[in-house]
Amino acid sequence: MTDVPESLTAPAPAPVAARRPPGPPGRGRLVLGRLLGARWAVAGAVTVLLLFVLAFGGPYLTPWDYAAPDYTALRQPPSAAHWFGTNGIGQDVFAQTLRGLQKSLVIGLLVALFSTALAALVGACAGYFGGWTDRLLMFLVDLMLVLPSFLVITMVSPQLKGSGWIAFVALLALFNWMITARVVRSMTISLASREFVRAAQFMGVRPLRIILRHILPNTASFLITDATIAVGGAVMSETALSYFGFGVRAPDVSLGTLLAAGTSEAPVFPWLFYFAAGLLVLFVLAVNLIGDGLRDALDPTAEAARPARRPRRARPAARPALPAGAPEASGPRRPGPTTPRSNRSSS
Amino acid sequence: MSTAVGTDLLTVRDLRVDFAGPRGRGPVPAVRGVDLTVRRGETLGIVGESGSGKSVTALAVLGLLPGTAAVRGSVRLDGQELVGLPRDALAPIRGRRMAMVFQDPLSAFTPVHRIGDQIVEALRIHRRTDRGAARKRAAELLDLVGIPDPGRALESFPHEFSGGMRQRAMIAMAVANDPDLLLADEPTTALDVTIQAQVLDVLRTARRETGAALVLVSHDLGVIAGMADRVAVMYAGRVVESAGVDELFARPRHPYTLGLIGAVPRVDARGGPLVPIPGAPAPMAALPAGCPFAGRCPLVQDRCRTAEPPPAGTGGHLSACVRADELAARGPAPAEIYPMPPVPAAPPAPPREERAPVLRVTGLTKTFPVLSGSVFRRRTGEVYAVDGVDLDIRAGETLGLVGESGSGKSTTLFELLNLAKPESGRIEFLGQDTAALSRAAAHRLRAELQIVFQDPTAALDPRLPVGDIVAEPLRARRAPRELVARRVPELLRQVGLDPAHAARYPHQFSGGQLQRVSIARALAVRPRLLVLDEPVSALDVSVQAGVLNLLQRLKADLGIAYLFVSHDLSVVRHLADRVSVMYLGRTVEQGEVSAVFDRPRHPYTRALLSAVPLPDPAAERARERVLLPGDPPSPTERHTGCRFRTRCPVYAALADGRRTVCEQRSPVPAEAAPGVDHTAACHHPDVR
Repeated sequence: MTDVPESLTAPAPAPVAARRPPGPPGRGRLVLGRLLGARWAVAGAVTVLLLFVLAFGGPYLTPWDYAAPDYTALRQPPSAAHWFGTNGIGQDVFAQTLRGLQKSLVIGLLVALFSTALAALVGACAGYFGGWTDRLLMFLVDLMLVLPSFLVITMVSPQLKGSGWIAFVALLALFNWMITARVVRSMTISLASREFVRAAQFMGVRPLRIILRHILPNTASFLITDATIAVGGAVMSETALSYFGFGVRAPDVSLGTLLAAGTSEAPVFPWLFYFAAGLLVLFVLAVNLIGDGLRDALDPTAEAARPARRPRRARPAARPALPAGAPEASGPRRPGPTTPRSNRSSS
Repeated sequence: MSTAVGTDLLTVRDLRVDFAGPRGRGPVPAVRGVDLTVRRGETLGIVGESGSGKSVTALAVLGLLPGTAAVRGSVRLDGQELVGLPRDALAPIRGRRMAMVFQDPLSAFTPVHRIGDQIVEALRIHRRTDRGAARKRAAELLDLVGIPDPGRALESFPHEFSGGMRQRAMIAMAVANDPDLLLADEPTTALDVTIQAQVLDVLRTARRETGAALVLVSHDLGVIAGMADRVAVMYAGRVVESAGVDELFARPRHPYTLGLIGAVPRVDARGGPLVPIPGAPAPMAALPAGCPFAGRCPLVQDRCRTAEPPPAGTGGHLSACVRADELAARGPAPAEIYPMPPVPAAPPAPPREERAPVLRVTGLTKTFPVLSGSVFRRRTGEVYAVDGVDLDIRAGETLGLVGESGSGKSTTLFELLNLAKPESGRIEFLGQDTAALSRAAAHRLRAELQIVFQDPTAALDPRLPVGDIVAEPLRARRAPRELVARRVPELLRQVGLDPAHAARYPHQFSGGQLQRVSIARALAVRPRLLVLDEPVSALDVSVQAGVLNLLQRLKADLGIAYLFVSHDLSVVRHLADRVSVMYLGRTVEQGEVSAVFDRPRHPYTRALLSAVPLPDPAAERARERVLLPGDPPSPTERHTGCRFRTRCPVYAALADGRRTVCEQRSPVPAEAAPGVDHTAACHHPDVR
């Protein structure tokens, strides 16, 4: 089998790793490797991890409780006793912010995950199977779109009271997936007619597996961008629901309720607003970094984390840091297959 | 037309074209110093693989390159410099003194204007004539290019024309103003062979009538051999060899030309293995120092890697190779200088009748409904895509399925691959009737039937690493993990790829390598029948040879049967044991490959074979041609009698009394002689 010379001139032969595991690495391992190779994504993941540590470990650092007021300190600016200051009724803002962060981290991430997963599944099934499946699912999507979600939530909320935050997450996710599903459906329709999907069908791969293995990875760029936006959106829409007395209710707090309460006072008592806002921005930014890294890791034409080019990546370490991750946080940058090298100048 | 033949009309000197590179990188060269001379009335063929810069050269001559291209050097038409000429100075020259015939005639016509108006516009831009005279001239032109009923054709919109008709109209428009120079950029690449033969004939007529010189850009050596007086071979943006057509094909002085000639399968001879040129063309963005062909050249020496040799030679035969003289003196055959892959001889097979049948198809039909109406969709007609196909494949055998576009080849394939009950007729795969298969049985049977698609870039998921792609059919059968881990490197090695490349993604491979990945995937579950749907038509000639050799070797090693679908008769002849010819959804001739190719019995097969250009100028000029008139009729109507009648040269020559049988009865396949594996569905198979 050594007679076929074409393989000798493969583009940029990569040095064969000596510690190659038995069998070729699958997609999962490759993507993980690329993800870990993208420094901004790792930075984002570390930031999210630190936020969790702060949110759940932080309350042990301070003697104050988020609900119990300290009547000796009303609207005090940050000090040694109250690190983030206190609010109008003397509650410790540090404790409150951490309490809010706990809620918002979980709600934001889970809502984004659930709504995107639901949208991907429904959209891909509708697009792939077509026919009556498509018609029924799209009817459902349209129905959900025209139903005023707040009205439904206020109607449903009395029954759900007491079932806690997980029902709240489910409700938020349930009203947040329809438009994404429609987009995924149309992407699926065009993907389903591609030859590699047909090839999989002829190989006897089951439909659901084709969706998971071929269709969803090819819509991943959109799904990930959509999910990262949904994180910030979920935190904010939770605020709106809290306003209606559903979800997070006083004396419990979330970042959303803190922000809603602090917005009007921000010019005079900035500590009521900026700590919560800063943490939220940090959270959303970190999620964006992870999303960007994941998207590049899933897209083989993105050059950021290609193992073969890793030696070249030693150089940018000497470059000045980028301004606050600005290019990563910007919208979707889908690298075109024809010019894979053109769009990596920013990272 | 007034000037004598022989003086230089177009001289291109040191033409260089650079395209603006991606952001942050330098410009990418496309043409790197091309010298060409076209004399009056002569045909210059420019041949090369994709990316060699042949089309860019043609476009640069016309000044049609986009603004991102930087053009340097000199292009002189009759002594007038064209490079750097402002747009409005170039406009009177384009269309009047030189004209272009594009590859895709569909996009070369404005879809919203009538053909006549577009030709009239071309006429009236350049000369003052009144509408009526211009229309008359347009009708004459359409008549010249052989469009029936020119008066009506003038009133047609481009979409009402078939591909061949559009290309003829395009040629009519190009010669409208009696240009001195015609540039044709792959004018027949998008067309079927019989239509290609028609269009090439029209191009010859047009050239003869106007006396224009022709620059014909093509990747097809056969087309070039039949049309050109002189040939320039391009590689990596340069002309590596140029000579008169006979001289070039008989005594090439550049190893690349030699390789190209050796890499083309020929329809008239059943050769051994083809000569593959190793490797893939060097990327234009990162050309190595020295000769760009050095990396693939079997005659490479150290000096080749330091400097790029200039074109040199005697008697109008230029070659940019340091060892040109050696080649000229020795005149080796391609196989003598290129390393030949050993092709194992096929093990002695028992006679065909004793081998187990793999696939047997009888009377397969498939119709698609034609729907109309926007609110209530009604069935208003039917497309008879497949209408009586018979196939028979035995173990270890290659059946070539040949037909032009629209003949129902692909529909037949998909009907087979569905492993379901056909609309009518019978599909028997490995002795099992597909109509009676349960779902589980069909799933089991899928492993025995795999497909390789035409375009590997579309058929491989861009987001899956190659290892996972190859493992997919195994996983679909729930193969254990260890088996997958063992089988994937084995398969990659089997198709000539490095097993370490399993971790790469498809976009990191060249087209030929991707097709190998496709083949590896299809072989993963050890199928008994491999369906190859035009597996090499998306590849360049030199790469195609490697893939064809691989297929031949795999067949000898593994003993699988192939159903090889192709429009390229030369490739079929090279690879197939038996061949089946389709016309309008029906099998018209079937049999052992040398019998069908050497003694075709159906007039359609004869025409098809004669339409294939040979990459050999002398043979190409000598052979007899059967030109089919017109286009295949629409498959939406069912014809009584023989469906080939409308284009059949035999029918046209028959006496009235013998015609009735063609008009009334559809011919059934009949054997040439009892027991001979050669059937034809023709009432007059032996009339020529």
